[in-house]
Formats: sequence, C-alpha cells, structure tokens
Amino acid sequence: MMNPKPKWTELTFACIIPEPGNSVEYKTGDWKTLAPVVDKKRCIKCGTCYIFCPEYAYEKDEYGYFNPNYDYCKGCGICAVECPASCITMEEEVKE
Amino acid sequence: MAKRVGMEVSIAIAEAARQANVDVVSAYPITPQTHIVEHLASLVADGELDAEYITVESEHTAMSACVGAAAAGARVFTSTSSQGLALMHEILYLAPSLRTPVVMALANRALSGPISIWNDHSDVMGQRDTGWISIFANNGQEAYDLTLMAFKIGEHPDVLLPVMVNFDGFILTHVIEPLYMFEDEELEGYLPPFEYKYKLDTDNPMTLGPVGLPDVYTEAKKQQDVAIRNSRKVIDEVLKEFGENFGRKYNPIEHYKSDDADIILLTQGSVTEAAEVAVDALREQGKKVGIVELRLWRPFPFQDLIDALVNAKCVVVLDRCISFGGQAGPVLSEVRSALYHEPKRPMVVGCVAGLGGRDISLENYIEMFEIGENFLKTGKEPEIVKIVGLRE
Ligand code: SF4
Ligand code: SF4
Repeated sequence: MMNPKPKWTELTFACIIPEPGNSVEYKTGDWKTLAPVVDKKRCIKCGTCYIFCPEYAYEKDEYGYFNPNYDYCKGCGICAVECPASCITMEEEVKE
Repeated sequence: MAKRVGMEVSIAIAEAARQANVDVVSAYPITPQTHIVEHLASLVADGELDAEYITVESEHTAMSACVGAAAAGARVFTSTSSQGLALMHEILYLAPSLRTPVVMALANRALSGPISIWNDHSDVMGQRDTGWISIFANNGQEAYDLTLMAFKIGEHPDVLLPVMVNFDGFILTHVIEPLYMFEDEELEGYLPPFEYKYKLDTDNPMTLGPVGLPDVYTEAKKQQDVAIRNSRKVIDEVLKEFGENFGRKYNPIEHYKSDDADIILLTQGSVTEAAEVAVDALREQGKKVGIVELRLWRPFPFQDLIDALVNAKCVVVLDRCISFGGQAGPVLSEVRSALYHEPKRPMVVGCVAGLGGRDISLENYIEMFEIGENFLKTGKEPEIVKIVGLRE
C-alpha cells in the first residue's frame, strides 16, 4: 500500500490508483455517529439492506441473516429507512 | 511541398486536426467556431477522417467526452467559443488534473450579457486558472500551425496536459487567408502515435480521478502546477523544431521594433499585426515605440517577458477583457506583478479596447501609445479602467 501521507513527489501520476480493489483498506467505520442494529427476531432475510448499503457493509451469515460490518458501516442510515420489516434501528455506539 | 492556398481559417484549423489524424472529436457548434466542427463532421461522415465524432447536447458533455476519450488513449480534438467555453468550465479543470492532453481550438468571443457573438478575450481569461496550456495565434497561418503543434506539446510524455489554441473569432475564423497548408506526406512522422501510458484499460484496471482527501489534495495540486511549469521546456523544443523543419518561427514572446523602444504596447492575438501599422506610423515621426506580444499565456513566460520589457520606459498593456472592479484587465495585473521584483522596471499602465467586436482603429492604437507618453510625462495613471474607443 502507498504511503498514506506521500510527499508531492511520491504521489502517483495524476493521483491514479494503480492497484484495483484496494478500497477495502480504507475503513470508513469511524465516520459514523449512529450505528444500525438489526432486530433479528423481526428480520425476514430479504437482503434489502445489503443491496442498498452504499458501503457494501452487510455480510450474510450462515443462517441467512444480514449483519453490518462496523469497520465499513459509515452510519448513513439508508438501511434503516429501506428495511421493509422496519427491524433496523440507528443507535448510539456504546463504548464499553 | 506545402501549397499556398486561399482558405477560410476555420477550415484550415479543422484540416490541421485531420492531418493530426485525431481519433475522437466531440464538440457542440457555436458561433464563430461552427465551421470548424461542421467541417470535421463532414470529413468523418465522408470517410476522409477515420475518427469517432461524438455528437453531444452541450459543451459540458463535449468536454466530458473528450476527457474520457483521452483517458482511454485517444488523440482528441474539440473546439468552442464564449458561452460554450463557460459551460465547459467545470470539466476544464478535469483535463489537466487527470493529465489528459485534449487539444482545443478556441475562437475567442465575448461573453453575455448583453449577448455578443463578436470577438474579445473574455472567454479565455475566465478560464485562466483551469490549468490548460494556453497559446495565442495572431493570424490564420499561426492558428493552423499552432493547432498541429498543440498535439505535439500536449501529448509529449513529459507534458500530458491539455492545450488551448486561441484565435480571434470572426476576425480570423471567417477570413479567407492565403496560407501554407502541408501536404499530408510532409507531416508523416511529425506526430508519433499517441501512447498514453496510463490509459484506461479493462485488462489492466486502475482508478483515474479518485477522491483526494485533505491528506493528498494539496500534494496533487503541487504536482499539477509543477507539471505545467515544466511543460515550458517541451513547448520551446516544439516551437524551435517547427521553425527549423518548416521555416515558420514561433516564440513564447514575440517582438516588433521593441528592442530600442521607450514605449511598448503589449498585445495578444490578432491585434498584434494591426498595431504594427501604428508603430510604423509613429516610428516615421521619430517616436521610439514597439510591440511585445504575449503569445504564450500559460505557462506564463516570466523571464522572457521581463527580458523583453525591462529596457523600456513604459509598457502599455492592451486588455481585450475587463476585470470588473479590479485592475483594468487580467493581462495588466499579470504583467505588472511579473515585473514587480525587477530592480529596474518600466512603468506599466493598461487600457481596454476591442470589447465585443468593437473595431480598434489606427487612431485608437496611436492613442494607446499616447497614454504611455502622457504617463511618462506626468507620472499619473489615467483612470483605472481606461477604455480606448469608448464614447464619452
Ligand atoms: S432489510 Fe431488514 S428484513 Fe431485509 S434482510 Fe435486512 S434487516 Fe432483514
Ligand atoms: S447505516 Fe449506511 S453504511 Fe451503515 S450499514 Fe446501513 S446502509 Fe450501510
């Protein structure tokens, strides 16, 4: 991975990113103030949250539920609005 | 051998793009540039130019298509004017920052309002800081030659920047001028095939034009500024080589009887040749006057300009555009500040003329030199925006 704070002489030509798929290295999880919490008792496993999430943060587990990966979830709240079962709530992230 | 032909300058510019063997043209017609893109459209339709002509609904899209095509490794040409250039504004910044060497022929025209289709330099001046290499032609021959050279400059691996060639709308575009057109064979090998090292390629994926967070944006802008400053070396080489091969010499700064001149008029574009008539008339009266033409606008030729001006007593800068509420015009403020640190420097005064197609007469040019004479005599600047040829 490139030095995250390059000098101007170290920056790639025209700011290109020559390595495909490296956006996984960029964790957007610390942008959020509210985090989505899924109430699995009411979830119908439809995957709408997975489709709408702009960060592709939802991952399907072995039981077919979709869980947000908080390393990438930026807290936009789109999933909570789109969920047809209204089982996602945006809640304060509690620091233990 | 090159033939001397009588040709409408717009057609000659389009022919230069054909001879450069462009791969993609995307443009939207606008007066007074229309004949250029019409001619290219027919060349493509008639099979005389093997290029993709991308028709679009606006100049904003034309420039977007050009940037995309250049990023895919195509040799790209477009042409516009005035409001069309203004509509491109947003995308004009992308071409240099993505380092895509689009070539644009810009038929200089005034901006609304009031609506004006006629010539001045308001369009190019409004895009001064977009990062394009910008150069002025003062006749049709120069517009043709510089269009060819623009590809060579912009596509050079040490440059990779877009280039705009400026020429005065109507005054040049619609004139039938005797000019030397190259035979296609004469240009063989002049422009090597364009190999863009970083082109978009699905087999070799990469991202062009990503977001630049505060951690890298500053460094990216520094890289871009250094790139355009460094392009000067290639610009000089291309101009010099063209002169050596084809006999027509071009310089970033041009002179007319300015070596021993006390008063120099500083010009850009087609007014240069017109003002020479005034210089000849005043020289006959024994007045030491001359002209310096600022051909290369970006990158700004600081040292050449200083060398050309320091021995004069007074420089009168002719702006073809008003900087509302500022110094008379953008060229005046640039020239003044370029000289500021010189221990010995001429007085610099400005005037505006030729707005929105207003003719500049011989008397007007003589008046410009008189502004310089009076300034030298009294040491007092005329009103801050002195418009020559204004009814008052
Ligand atoms: S959108 Fe709601 S119901 Fe559908 S899978 Fe996601 S959390 Fe479950
Ligand atoms: S809040 Fe936004 S980013 Fe986070 S999981 Fe929901 S849709 Fe994705």
